Amino acid sequence: MYVYHRCMASPMHAIPLRIDSVVKRFGDLTAVSGVSLDVRERACLGLLGPNGAGKSTLIRSIAGRVRPDSGGIRVFGEPAGSAAARAELGWVPQELALYPLLTGRENLEAFGRYQGLRGKALRDGIAWCLEWAALADRAGATVKTLSGGMRRRLNMAAGLVHRPRLVLLDEPTVGVDPQSRNRIFEMVEELRGQGTTVIYTTHYMEEAERLCDTIAIMDHGCVIAQGTKEELVERSFGRRSDVLMRFASSVENAAAWAAARGGTLQEGGEGVAHFAVAQPTDIAALLDAAGRDGLEVIDVVLRRPNLESVFLQLTGRDLRQ
Amino acid sequence: MIGMMRMMAAIVLNGFRALRRDRGALILSFILPVAFFSIFAAIFGGMSGGTPRVRVLVVDEDGSAISGRLVNALLQEPSLAASTRPDAKKGEPVPPFFTAVGAETAVKQGDTPAALIIPKGFGAHPVALGPGADRTPIRLLHDSSDPVAAQMVAGILQKVAMTSLPDAMAKVGMQYFERASGGLTPEQRKSIESAISRVPRSSTGQSGPPAGPQRDTGFVALDVRDVVGEKKQNSMIAFYAAGIGVMFLLFTASAAGGTLLDEAESGALDRILSARVSMTTLLAGKMAYSALLASAQLTLMFLWGAAVFHLDLFSHLPGFIVMTAATSFAVASFGMLLASVSHTRAQQAAVSTLIILTMSALGGSMFPRFLMPEAMQKVGLLTFNAWAIDGYTKVFWRDEPVLHLAPQVAVLIGAGMVLFLIARRFARRWEYA
Repeated sequence: MYVYHRCMASPMHAIPLRIDSVVKRFGDLTAVSGVSLDVRERACLGLLGPNGAGKSTLIRSIAGRVRPDSGGIRVFGEPAGSAAARAELGWVPQELALYPLLTGRENLEAFGRYQGLRGKALRDGIAWCLEWAALADRAGATVKTLSGGMRRRLNMAAGLVHRPRLVLLDEPTVGVDPQSRNRIFEMVEELRGQGTTVIYTTHYMEEAERLCDTIAIMDHGCVIAQGTKEELVERSFGRRSDVLMRFASSVENAAAWAAARGGTLQEGGEGVAHFAVAQPTDIAALLDAAGRDGLEVIDVVLRRPNLESVFLQLTGRDLRQ
Repeated sequence: MIGMMRMMAAIVLNGFRALRRDRGALILSFILPVAFFSIFAAIFGGMSGGTPRVRVLVVDEDGSAISGRLVNALLQEPSLAASTRPDAKKGEPVPPFFTAVGAETAVKQGDTPAALIIPKGFGAHPVALGPGADRTPIRLLHDSSDPVAAQMVAGILQKVAMTSLPDAMAKVGMQYFERASGGLTPEQRKSIESAISRVPRSSTGQSGPPAGPQRDTGFVALDVRDVVGEKKQNSMIAFYAAGIGVMFLLFTASAAGGTLLDEAESGALDRILSARVSMTTLLAGKMAYSALLASAQLTLMFLWGAAVFHLDLFSHLPGFIVMTAATSFAVASFGMLLASVSHTRAQQAAVSTLIILTMSALGGSMFPRFLMPEAMQKVGLLTFNAWAIDGYTKVFWRDEPVLHLAPQVAVLIGAGMVLFLIARRFARRWEYA
């Protein structure tokens, strides 16, 4: 287990990331509400949550671009935003933060120089990035002529040209095709293989399940659960299974009906209710009850609980909402 | 048909709804035209009471009664801003009259576009009719960078001579008549002289047809001399190069500053600032780029002037370099300020267009300032264009040494520094959330 509550562990040496009771408000909106996290070396922490959960604000706080109203963040023991912290940190923002009229190589050179690199260190950094992102053969092409997937990869590379030990990847697969997404997964895995600590935000469960060894689920600015995938599922479902029951759109009071039987109706989920059942045969009892109460059920799915099930169980909402 | 009309109405409605929320488009559509209309109306006299008065220094070396009357008439002439001595400062003694040398220096330095020097002996032969007549010419010194001033002064001088020296003209007329008619009888002469003595000695404010500045036409002989441009070849090209150049420099600087907003919108600014680059370093770097670009533009402009229009660039290199550096610095900081106060690229583009066109109109990039009413000329001094054009004119037109560029350079550099500091202050919004 790589993620700890502050009360669980207090390593004496400088760990890659320590977030201590961070609060950030924008006017009346509390974007981050008392988040505390420790991330150990070589870990890959998946930060999951729907849009507006506070993931990006937390990431930007770690990158030193947002100043928390209270609490503290330390990167390898240095305050977030300090020169020492910046040198250890690589931030890949959600947006394609590149110079569109420069080539890939020129972009890497620019961001390398902004990180204080020059000479051989800069050349080595650029060469590593181009190889890592599989862009060596397109290094001389301007960004605007690259495909969407290539731009995404270059966007990632531009944050890593100075070879940081802690990397923040903020939804790096947004808007890319499945093939490019796979390539990005491979890049992240390669990065992990080289010992880099990674914080990965996404609202795609399958990405978190594949890449991250630990998950922190955020909602409304808080970390509502954290641990390995197995731990999260165990905590939410135990040995039970996840049942999805879809009602016809004409069904009224489905929420109250589902709640009365220990389930939740997914918010905005077009009449889909979730139940945690101990045995698959328990589905029959649910169907009988629906039939008795005159509820038209049009679809039933039994599945092993996954992170999406956990999220729904915890928040009553789908992660992609 | 009705369905089509309804769809068209929906399209029109959408257009106006979008326009209402697009401040940039609103400014360009409504504020810019009104602002320009107001500026040009003011320049061309709509708000400032007609044709501007021409400044002229008057030196009376003759000191006769006739020259004194002519000087007084010139001082009272409403279309001229004539003066015989510098303005007295508070608490200081009245300064001495201008001398011929001082007046020539003033014209050369651009303090006044023209000077009239009434030489000794003018009173004895003030006016005459026709070419080759016996008269003492008044010297008109002028700066041909203002081609209108000399023409106006020459014409107005003839009018003023006619209205202020009617007795002298009558005497000359009598001499012509006597010569043509074979002489007057003593009675006739006495009667005419009596009539001449009753002619009013001074009259001003009456309009009359202006004459040209040629030496032998008109009643008063004129010796016209271009004291600044007489040995020059096409040097007013520098004026146009500077005027047009500065206007486009402002647009370039605005566009260069706008990259800051592009980067803010794309997220690149966040990424840059999350590296080891501070906001001050970033702004200074952007400004240095903008200033270098502006310098390159001006250099190209003047090289083109030298190659095609025979502008004497290479013998004015030190002044050119100083003015180009100061001007580029000022416009670059101006571009940074425009970017840092704007919230979006569209807003920045609209505001920049409005301000730059206004500055260029007032500052003399579109229309020479010396042809504007005096109040507008003073307003023009609030623009970079005016100071830059004045500086380049000093270098290329007046051949003034680099040290004389101190006022222009000080204003451009000082204003540039102030604008940069203001831009830095506004840029704080990008530093942290």
